[in-house]
Amino acid sequence: MASISLKNINKIYPGDVKAVTDFNLEIEDKEFIILVGPSGCGKSTTLRMIAGLEEISKGELYIGDRLVNDVAPKDRDIAMVFQNYALYPHMTVYKNMAFGLELRKVPKNEIKRRVTEAAKILDIEHLLERKPKALSGGQRQRVALGRAMVRNPQVFLLDEPLSNLDAKLRTAMRSEIIKLHKRLETTFVYVTHDQIEAMTMGDRIVVMKDGFIQQVDTPQNLYNYPCNLFVAGFIGAPQMNFLDAKVKVEGENIIVDFNGNFQFILSGDKAKNLKAYAGKDIIAGIRPEDIKIKNTEELSNYKTKATVEITELMGSEIYVYFECYGHKLINKTPADTIVKSDSEIEIAFDINKMHFFDKETESAICH
Amino acid sequence: MASVKTNTSKKKSLQHMTLQKKDALTGYMFIAPALISFIVFVMYPVIASFVISGFDWGILTAPRFIGIENYKTLFKDPIFIESLKNTFTWVILYVPVSILVSLIVALAMDMPLRGIGFFRTMFYLPVMTPMVVCALLFVWIYNKEFGVLNYILSFLNISPIGWLSDRNISLISIALMSVWKHSGYNMLILLSALQGIPESLYEAAALDGITPWRKLINIKLPLIMPSMYFVVLTSVIDAFQVFTEVFIMTKGGPGYSTHTVSYYLFANAFEYGKMGYACAMSVVMFFIILAVTLIQDRIMNKNIQYDS
Repeated sequence: MASISLKNINKIYPGDVKAVTDFNLEIEDKEFIILVGPSGCGKSTTLRMIAGLEEISKGELYIGDRLVNDVAPKDRDIAMVFQNYALYPHMTVYKNMAFGLELRKVPKNEIKRRVTEAAKILDIEHLLERKPKALSGGQRQRVALGRAMVRNPQVFLLDEPLSNLDAKLRTAMRSEIIKLHKRLETTFVYVTHDQIEAMTMGDRIVVMKDGFIQQVDTPQNLYNYPCNLFVAGFIGAPQMNFLDAKVKVEGENIIVDFNGNFQFILSGDKAKNLKAYAGKDIIAGIRPEDIKIKNTEELSNYKTKATVEITELMGSEIYVYFECYGHKLINKTPADTIVKSDSEIEIAFDINKMHFFDKETESAICH
Repeated sequence: MASVKTNTSKKKSLQHMTLQKKDALTGYMFIAPALISFIVFVMYPVIASFVISGFDWGILTAPRFIGIENYKTLFKDPIFIESLKNTFTWVILYVPVSILVSLIVALAMDMPLRGIGFFRTMFYLPVMTPMVVCALLFVWIYNKEFGVLNYILSFLNISPIGWLSDRNISLISIALMSVWKHSGYNMLILLSALQGIPESLYEAAALDGITPWRKLINIKLPLIMPSMYFVVLTSVIDAFQVFTEVFIMTKGGPGYSTHTVSYYLFANAFEYGKMGYACAMSVVMFFIILAVTLIQDRIMNKNIQYDS
């Protein structure tokens, strides 16, 4: 078991292409940390630098107390699960799992014990004599996990391990991996581009964009207190709605004006924080579930009119897509809400849950 | 009127064809050019040589059916036996060395080095050069008095060697030239197989602490086996038919030391005018190659992992 410490890590490819810039992160022992972000954000590169598969251009990487910048991958005491599983196609499942141990000259009976034990945990005992091509995607995934497990590594690195699975299996494997983490009590570093995986699995999430860390926090905090526009838009499905607005001060009142179409008077902390932005353009963010549609319940004062475009029934809830003075918005509402396409409705914003962002810097002003 | 009717009925019959039949027709249309040339240039000569092998035929004289007489003579002919021995020696000498060289070069060319494209081209260049040119070049290199090889060896105080005139080494000399000429082709096939191995397998192995030797034995070789199978099979078939280099470099000599079956076959057919006898030889070769190929297929094919 070990902590991982990344200090000012940079990855610069030839031609001065910066893949990762000034990456600072302390990963605690036994923590399940997720690196998430869109394609090309540097998350996989970071993971590969921890693994030793990519050289670190600048900065220091510690696993435990040991500086490992120049330590070969095999000596870092880590195991990695690859996106395409990277199983040796000509070896049986048993051999695939045992191969790493054989290379390390672990005694045969010990190899057998460890492989059998891992296979039992992963429920792949009956597959040990098969070759990877005779396995389904989910089974291959388990073998890849098993191959990492038998090594008893200090750190598990997982590079988009579920992205080759179908949606149903992905959901099932998510909980399997969470259980595995609890059982093994080892540090897990998990890379994904799927924010749902990130939200459901990690103790903490590192959101990345263009090689920079945007925010490191718990899933709940990321959702409730995104530090900038990117994080606010990236975390949450459907994503947060954004509306252009301007801050106005009329006497004692701090007003958020939405292009002159409708406006809200703010109070409390939000008013205090936005006072400095008087006369400036800002962006207001509101999550789909924080917009209310007039149906049975009475709406608050922060309301306006909108036209429903389409609705999507998701089972227990409906996604309502509507237009509100030129803004395309999404609302998530219980399935029993009666909304018709092309109808005009009255909507209200939960002002306490509205986020405000500086339009220029895109960082959060208040939540 | 009549032709109009025929056209309409043809159109109708096409319309009434099942989709499966239409697909099949399209398929046959596509393979037709290859199929026709295969029948004309391969199937027909093969069958013809089976038939001709039963005749005493001197091309210019009328063929006379003699049954299996040609075959009886063949197995009593000391030159044929010598040629057969030489051909097998050639296969045993040439194939393993050629494939080993191809493999070693392919492994070297697989390295991500700057300017590797230049080296790949260099190694492939002999394949693109006509055999006649290569053979003549080596006749000069191997020349006992004026050859560049003996000249270089003279610096090491080695007295001139008759590369092509010494009957003990003439076959080996030709084989070495052939390895140089042909290994680029197999190198390219093996190289493409090596490059098809996913990078992640090497990475997984690196995390497992694999040594370069184990990487070769446990990952690279097993994963290029389908291509290796093809390379071995085609190389053996080609080797049994060795002709051009022998024809140009030694004409089967000195003595019969470089006489191969193909060369003896050629000499019988076009120099001695014994076409029936030559065809009997080609039939024997046909069955030898077929048997060897089937044996190889049995041994190699079951150990190959095709899915990666």
